[in-house]
Amino acid sequence: MTRESHAADEILTPEMRAEIDRWIAKYPPDRKQSAVLPALHICQDSNGGWLKREHLDAVADYLGMPRVQVYEVANFYGNFFLEPVGRHKINICNNISCMLRGADELIAYIEKKLGIRRGETTPDGRITLVMEEECLAACVGAPMMLVDGKYYTDLTPEKVDEILDSLE
Amino acid sequence: MTADVKQTELVTITVDGVEMQVPKGSMVIEATDAARIDVPRFCYHKKLSIVASCRMCLVEVEQGGRPAPKPLPACATPVADGMKVYTSSPKAIAAQRGVMEFLLINHPLDCPVCDQGGECELQDLALGYGRSVSRFSERKRVFEDEDLGPLIATAMTRCIHCTRCVRFLHEIGGQRELGAVGRGEHTKITTYIEGGVHSELSGNIIDLCPVGALTDKPYQFSARAWELLARPTISPHDAVGTNLSAHYLRGKIKRVVPRENEEINECWIADRDRFGFYGIYSEQRLNRPMIKQDGQWREVDWETALTTAAEALRKITSDSPEQLGALVSPNATTEEMYLLGKLVRGLGSRNIDHRLRQGDFSDQAALGSYPYLGRPIAELERLQAALLIGADLRAQAPLLNLRLRKASLRGGSIHYLNPLRLDLNFRAEQHVVPAPTMPTELALVAQALAELKGASLPAAVEQLAAAGTRQDWHSEVARQLAESESASVLLGAIAIAHPAGASLRALGTLIAELAGARFGEISDGANSAGGWLAGAVPHRKAGGEAEQQPGLHARAMLEQPRRAYVLYNVEPEYDCWDPAAASAAMDSAEFVLAFTPFVTERMRAYADVLLPVGTFAETAGTFVNLEGRWQSFGGVAAPVGEARPGWRVLRVLGNLLGLPGFEHESAEEVHAEVRQLVGDYQPAKALSLQAAATAGSGLYRVASVPIYAGDAVVRRSTPLQQTSHAKPAALHINSADAAAIGLNDGEQALVRQSGEVRLTVKIDDGVPAGTVWIPSALSESAALGPMFGEVTVARA
Repeated sequence: MTRESHAADEILTPEMRAEIDRWIAKYPPDRKQSAVLPALHICQDSNGGWLKREHLDAVADYLGMPRVQVYEVANFYGNFFLEPVGRHKINICNNISCMLRGADELIAYIEKKLGIRRGETTPDGRITLVMEEECLAACVGAPMMLVDGKYYTDLTPEKVDEILDSLE
Repeated sequence: MTADVKQTELVTITVDGVEMQVPKGSMVIEATDAARIDVPRFCYHKKLSIVASCRMCLVEVEQGGRPAPKPLPACATPVADGMKVYTSSPKAIAAQRGVMEFLLINHPLDCPVCDQGGECELQDLALGYGRSVSRFSERKRVFEDEDLGPLIATAMTRCIHCTRCVRFLHEIGGQRELGAVGRGEHTKITTYIEGGVHSELSGNIIDLCPVGALTDKPYQFSARAWELLARPTISPHDAVGTNLSAHYLRGKIKRVVPRENEEINECWIADRDRFGFYGIYSEQRLNRPMIKQDGQWREVDWETALTTAAEALRKITSDSPEQLGALVSPNATTEEMYLLGKLVRGLGSRNIDHRLRQGDFSDQAALGSYPYLGRPIAELERLQAALLIGADLRAQAPLLNLRLRKASLRGGSIHYLNPLRLDLNFRAEQHVVPAPTMPTELALVAQALAELKGASLPAAVEQLAAAGTRQDWHSEVARQLAESESASVLLGAIAIAHPAGASLRALGTLIAELAGARFGEISDGANSAGGWLAGAVPHRKAGGEAEQQPGLHARAMLEQPRRAYVLYNVEPEYDCWDPAAASAAMDSAEFVLAFTPFVTERMRAYADVLLPVGTFAETAGTFVNLEGRWQSFGGVAAPVGEARPGWRVLRVLGNLLGLPGFEHESAEEVHAEVRQLVGDYQPAKALSLQAAATAGSGLYRVASVPIYAGDAVVRRSTPLQQTSHAKPAALHINSADAAAIGLNDGEQALVRQSGEVRLTVKIDDGVPAGTVWIPSALSESAALGPMFGEVTVARA
């Protein structure tokens, strides 16, 4: 093949490679592509929470996968962001338990407070409201949301104010 | 023996009350298909992996008296002894109808403007399983169309996500060019970012698509499926003998699709087979016979043209018959080659050849009756080891490449010995060496084999080997060929064009013999085997009997210019080994008679009589493929203009010349005559070994023929010429050699061989040091000279 893995050379730092290699080592030698999810997370974490096309290509080349296969993976999972995001990501559960406990009103409140709709980022680049979030398995504390991977349950508008205002 | 011949275990199942024996481990749908019981499906395809994603093939299954709680997909449910399957029970039908309702939720109801209408699997099944009213009142999802290039039209909103196209390109095409991106109802088949689909087999996804999402772009909106009539034909572009079905309307071919033949092309065809026919309707078609009088061309009737041609041929051959040379395209039919050979010999000449791109003829007398692959095509996919010598199969014969790819995926070791690195779509070892050293490299493999087998080598081979150094790969190739139960040594078009081609052939044969492998040759063009058998060679009469006094072969006919030439569907500046010499020979000839479907400025310059003959689609004929398989076909399309089938034109010309044996009433009669002469054919066996060419000190040119440049028809296929494979000839040179001359990528270089041309520089480290790769059969390189030879390169 004439295509060389230039993307991998430029994008993946030695530290990132070492980390990806740790994941690759967990799988049989001919199943390197099993490390695609952690590899994408490593790239995303290194790039302020989102993936550039170059990252996808780099991961594909590094793991010896067809590039389009990595695009498929990155597009499939809601946890990967292919556009720039804010410093904080907020996922508000809108599945049935939370909905019955007022998630819709809560979403409307947050959207109004931040002046953005779900799927958008505040103009100051502080917060991204993730498009939609199905059940996060915390029905016992509905309504709930996820802020940068941390669960906040039994939400009320006051509690939301407090949480959002504390984000730098 | 191998696992393939192991007795398959059978189990008994009952489908819709009928008991049947089916192989253990197969899927229910394979059993129902074999029994011709109709189970609807979209994603399942017998040649692709199973994903069971469309759920259309749901059936009711009962095992051990216990019904499965839910309907199961027939494509992904393995048969088990005593299993009972109900394909059209109320439960199965209800499940299938349910799936159909969901599939139709997002599918647009645009059948009247959809090119797939009338031959759409979704449309057909919706008729059987769909409701007449949709209960879905929400908005349907829509997608933007993808640009997949000049061959495939897209309407992605119609896609039902069966992923057949994705799987085909990945599993068969060998290039993962499409993917299913997104999730749920946002799932979309796309190239994502990379532009287009470039596989040389891409057109097959048009056939695979069960809906109108992927359709034939050049054919788009030009006919409806139910208006078309179909006739079987054979691909005229390579020696595979691909089975095609040509669909025509009012005498004009509208499209070409595969005709399934498991032994040859399975259910696939190459894009060249599918879209090549557009060349037939080129603007350059010659509509009427033409003659040149006092430097002026004029259209004349057939009689005048033939009489003029006959008189001129008579005049020149009456005193010096050896001054007549005939070059015939290797894509001509066996019947045409046979009659032309008869005509040339009737006029007292033996100078006829179809091996237009061959570099070395020194072993021709020792060869068998025709170039033979060495084994049936279907066996290639089970090769455990193969050595390909001077072969770019992806360009020369895409469907053979497909078979080799399968062999490689099955674990076969495929080795290439080539003067340039190829862009392969499977795992193989590429040994890239300068062209002049190829015989030495083969001699080293032979030496390693001889040691392995305790055999002795002819002195000439030892001598050749002594000129090189043995490396690990020589021994590795030798070992793998020797240890494999099923191995082939194959000679491709690059080797055939090589100036030491006879040595390559002899060494390949020797290696195969030592290793207990088969030797095979992949000849250029569609009908080289037919050419050999029908007497379109200067050293054998029709049927294979040796000529007492051989005539001149294709190269000699041009290097020792003749006073008169007959060209049969040949454009010398593209189709010959040395286009420059061929052009010059035509210009200096007193008389050139061209049987041709096309007319170009170049032809007007050198020819004297132009006779419009039909292309493969407008004549009955026979191609003999590289397995020695005779495949006859009838004419499909009405001839363009006043073009006539070539065999008839030759017959009448034979009559006008008063030659005996031109009384045939049909192509079938001609066929029967050749067939009778040939009788049982025997595979080729090459023996003679020539001294090797020595490497010079300068740069050495290597040429191959690009995938869409090989013959006059494909060169005129507009859709194919719009693909990324159709590129102008460039000078491919490695970075070190380029730096030494001071050339940068994209710059112009002055290249001198026997002629001089300016070419764009392409830095390509797949080309070995001291070699430049400049494709042949392209206008940019036509004036340069032979396909192989020393060149000088300078900055322009």
